[in-house]
Amino acid sequence: MIDWLIRFALKLVETCRDILPIAATIIGFQLLVIRKPLAYPGKIIIGFFYVLLGIVFFLEGLDLALFPLGNLMASQLTTPEFLGVNPLDQTVSWQSYFWVYIFAASIGFSTALAEPALLAVALRAEQISGGTIRAWGLRISVAIGVGLGLALGTFRIVTGSELYLYIIGGYILVMIQTRFAPKLIIGLAYDSGAVTTSMVTVPLVTALGLGLASTVPGRNPLLDGFGLIAFACLFPIIAVLGYAQIAQWRSKGSLSPKP
Amino acid sequence: MFNNPFIKQLFGSFLDLAPILAVVLVFQVLIIRQPIPDVGSLIAGILFVILGLTLFVQGLEQSLFPIGESMAYAFARKGSLFWLLAFAFCLGFGAAIAEPALIAVAEKAANIAANGNLIEQTDAAKASYALGLRITVALSIGLAILIGVLRVIRGWPVHYPVFFGYVCIAIMTPFAPVEIIGIAYDAGGIATSSITVPLVTALGVGLATSIKGRNPMTDGFGLVVFASLMPTIFLMAYGMAI
Repeated sequence: MIDWLIRFALKLVETCRDILPIAATIIGFQLLVIRKPLAYPGKIIIGFFYVLLGIVFFLEGLDLALFPLGNLMASQLTTPEFLGVNPLDQTVSWQSYFWVYIFAASIGFSTALAEPALLAVALRAEQISGGTIRAWGLRISVAIGVGLGLALGTFRIVTGSELYLYIIGGYILVMIQTRFAPKLIIGLAYDSGAVTTSMVTVPLVTALGLGLASTVPGRNPLLDGFGLIAFACLFPIIAVLGYAQIAQWRSKGSLSPKP
Repeated sequence: MFNNPFIKQLFGSFLDLAPILAVVLVFQVLIIRQPIPDVGSLIAGILFVILGLTLFVQGLEQSLFPIGESMAYAFARKGSLFWLLAFAFCLGFGAAIAEPALIAVAEKAANIAANGNLIEQTDAAKASYALGLRITVALSIGLAILIGVLRVIRGWPVHYPVFFGYVCIAIMTPFAPVEIIGIAYDAGGIATSSITVPLVTALGVGLATSIKGRNPMTDGFGLVVFASLMPTIFLMAYGMAI
């Protein structure tokens, strides 16, 4: 118990250092540049204290739950017994790992669909497009994008192919799509990728990737473990640009904001 | 009781985790069908995550977000380009340093690097590697927000800086050390997960509202994506430098 308390106090001090820059930015600019006293200083100090405690509990919880969970799923889905292959066999074909792809896709699809930040973005897109783009359609296309992205990302880890081939291929696709997509939606489509990576999904997906890279024979976590988040950020952009394009064709008009 | 913001937030945090738990549970019960080790600590960890998220979001909403947003609007209206750009840089830097997901993943990356004999197997070496990653990412986010703000002011099309970023990444990748590429590609998404997005969106929308001829609906977006590309470029450069 004492050990735990000491560790907790140490983490608290460490986290103080982490939130210092942002606190100094906000307070410093407010007092020195805008030159107005802070409204409700008490409330703000309590707020910072909540942030501090929140980060400490969250990081502790990550170590206890989300990291082990991602790792556990990766190792359980890749044991030779589960795959039904000979444990001594070092060359397992990529098709045997299909449950891994399905798991990654389900995690991506369900978390993106439930993401509150995405809901706000989707509603705004519906407004911008004057109703041509539906909030639900956009959310589903982002969710499909994240799901497909993660499935492809796990496939990459299993096969050990080069990360940049997929990502740069995706970049080229985005560039081509941008050329034809309705202009008003481009900024929003770009942002939709980064919006779907939340504080909860990032650690779980990272642990899944690292876990896969350490259990699939022939893979190395140092070289193959990362990269899943990059897929989860890129594919929603492709999906949203594609959805906006289809919505435009369907309405046969230009996407101009309606008064 | 349900109108208490804390209880509401607690429920909201649970909802954030719910899809993950549901998918994992379905896989465990229907497909894997093996006993789960350490169920107790998993459940304790999940409760910690929910509590931590709740305090974190609650705290942000009563401290950083309201001031950050009102300042973003104030700076956007004030018109001093230097202070606006300085604020944009500091905001991006500070938000990225405080980002919990980045703290956790940087630590993880340091462990992996130590196991791969890339750095020494000591706590000090790991801590300095993790801090190096985070500071590089934070500098790049700061610069990305600064360029993004310039873009809104000058009215450049949103895809110019993004395409420039794509081309930079494509050119740098073959020259970057292979061990850094994975984490470099991921860093953008990791750094833009909780604090950065709302603050930066507020800055973008605030600017686009106060400048004549800009449409907040369209020009206000596009700051986040640039913030997710810059860390990749910077980390690859960092990898080449060390």
